[in-house]
Amino acid sequence: MSDELLKLTAAQQAERIEAGEISSTELFELWRERAAGDDLGSYLWVADEAPADAGTLPPIAVKDLFCVEGVPSMAGSRILEGYRPPYTATSVRNLQEAGARVLGKTNQDEFAMGSSNENSGFGPVQNPWDRERVPGGSSGGSAAAVAAGTAPWAIGTDTGGSIRQPASLCGIVGMKPTYGAVSRYGMIAFASSLDQCGPLTRDVTDAAILLRHLQGKDPCDSTSLGIPGELPLPSAERLDGLGFGVWGMEEPGLEPGVADGVRATLAMIEELGGGVKEIELPNARHGIAAYYVIAPAEASANLARYDGVRYAGRSANGDLTSMYEQTRHDGFGDEVKRRIMIGTYALSSGYYEAYYGTAQKVRTKIAQDFSAAFEDVDFVVSPTSATVAFKLGERTADPLAMYLSDYYTVPMPLAGIPAISIPCGLSDGLPVGFQIAGPAFSEGGILDAAHALERAIGFEGVPVGLDRGDADRRSHTEGQEAPRG
Amino acid sequence: MIERDQVLHVAKLARLRLSDDEVDRMPGELSKILEHVETMNELDLEGVEPSSHVVDLTNVLREDVPRPSLPREKALEQAPDAADGGFRVPSPGAS
Repeated sequence: MSDELLKLTAAQQAERIEAGEISSTELFELWRERAAGDDLGSYLWVADEAPADAGTLPPIAVKDLFCVEGVPSMAGSRILEGYRPPYTATSVRNLQEAGARVLGKTNQDEFAMGSSNENSGFGPVQNPWDRERVPGGSSGGSAAAVAAGTAPWAIGTDTGGSIRQPASLCGIVGMKPTYGAVSRYGMIAFASSLDQCGPLTRDVTDAAILLRHLQGKDPCDSTSLGIPGELPLPSAERLDGLGFGVWGMEEPGLEPGVADGVRATLAMIEELGGGVKEIELPNARHGIAAYYVIAPAEASANLARYDGVRYAGRSANGDLTSMYEQTRHDGFGDEVKRRIMIGTYALSSGYYEAYYGTAQKVRTKIAQDFSAAFEDVDFVVSPTSATVAFKLGERTADPLAMYLSDYYTVPMPLAGIPAISIPCGLSDGLPVGFQIAGPAFSEGGILDAAHALERAIGFEGVPVGLDRGDADRRSHTEGQEAPRG
Repeated sequence: MIERDQVLHVAKLARLRLSDDEVDRMPGELSKILEHVETMNELDLEGVEPSSHVVDLTNVLREDVPRPSLPREKALEQAPDAADGGFRVPSPGAS
């Protein structure tokens, strides 16, 4: 019974609760045991016991950087070790009000700065498909937990790809909503004009359910808008009349196995009645350059608050300035220091216009590229990541190589638009992700298109830690073989 | 690109003490990143408006209604050194 339950999607588990086949307390306890037994490094904290009111939905794994009252919330950083916030993030509160309880806090790159989870102050996370490989980042713990079946579903944040890239590398669904769809209140900030919360799930329907509950205007975040209108659960089975513009298939760094998986998915789009054409986003290749000015610049300001005065740790060392400098020296990891340095440099007198001013103009150009594309097609599609999961340690010595991991995911947050990554097959036994982006607030359309494709792809998404090949898990996985690279 | 003395200056602006090893590594690492960043300069950006954000919102105001705020004790709970209802810090002068 329990193994069978663990293989269900979160939506199916919620149905079992509603039907009275299992209590939410029993389900919480089942997942709590799975989470407590995780040996991939996915969790930084797991609930001790089921809460008195276990709600009506399966429990949720929450990226460490979401503030949860009384629960360690450290953003993967030693500088916040032991910090237990006095309030809960709006996004998490929304999920709690919808009936989901917090199962645990997931590992992440420190302050969400990274693409491999190797920048966590509390150790790396292993990819459940191959333990010698990274799960992606920065929401690596959330992605690994869902893929390994130690969480039914999870939330993370995406600033330059931090939901979509780990979802791709772990073979699950991950969605970055439109900027402003979900409140950022209580999310430990990295780059405030880019950060956005979103779901990491086993299938597209679960992502839609989480997004429905997460989204909304919040008086505590003046940049929040919510998603206008209804967000119906995805039901599409066909793609008739929809235009898909594909970009980035000629990039030199694109692995052949990933390209094959993406091309097979493009063929499926056509089989389902959709149109596929190649498009250009002429400025997208400058996305990484603009991103690595804007994000560090905003981060250098946001991280100024960690100075040993208000939160958690302090390194005592003489006078006030020395205390600030020593606390930040001891508490921040290498990558965070690098980004604070780049951001501070880019914002410093004499360099501001050359770096930050230029990057903001490139941002405009990238947003214009998407606007032009959406006059011609409904969605812009691409690989999510140029490669499958890479080896632990492979890119740590070369920060720039790590940054380029986000080539396909950085342009969307710069333009503020939503995008999803869905698993589209395997290359050498490792998952390949397919990315679908749409105009601002087109989440409903993206989820529908992803739903139709998910059915056609039939990716075998049974969590890696559980017995594979159980046809009962999702009736709609029957059908075509996943494309192999 | 970025030299050792600039690294030390920027670290001072960022209130960040760097170890000797970090001071040795940073110029090379940061220069490589900035070299990539500067590929932006290939673009013709004449007349392009900068985007500081992507949301079509201006001057969002909240209702001016009094409401309870976080109790002081709770706000101070996580402080490394709280005293007399405030955050205590070392003297800004010499130690």
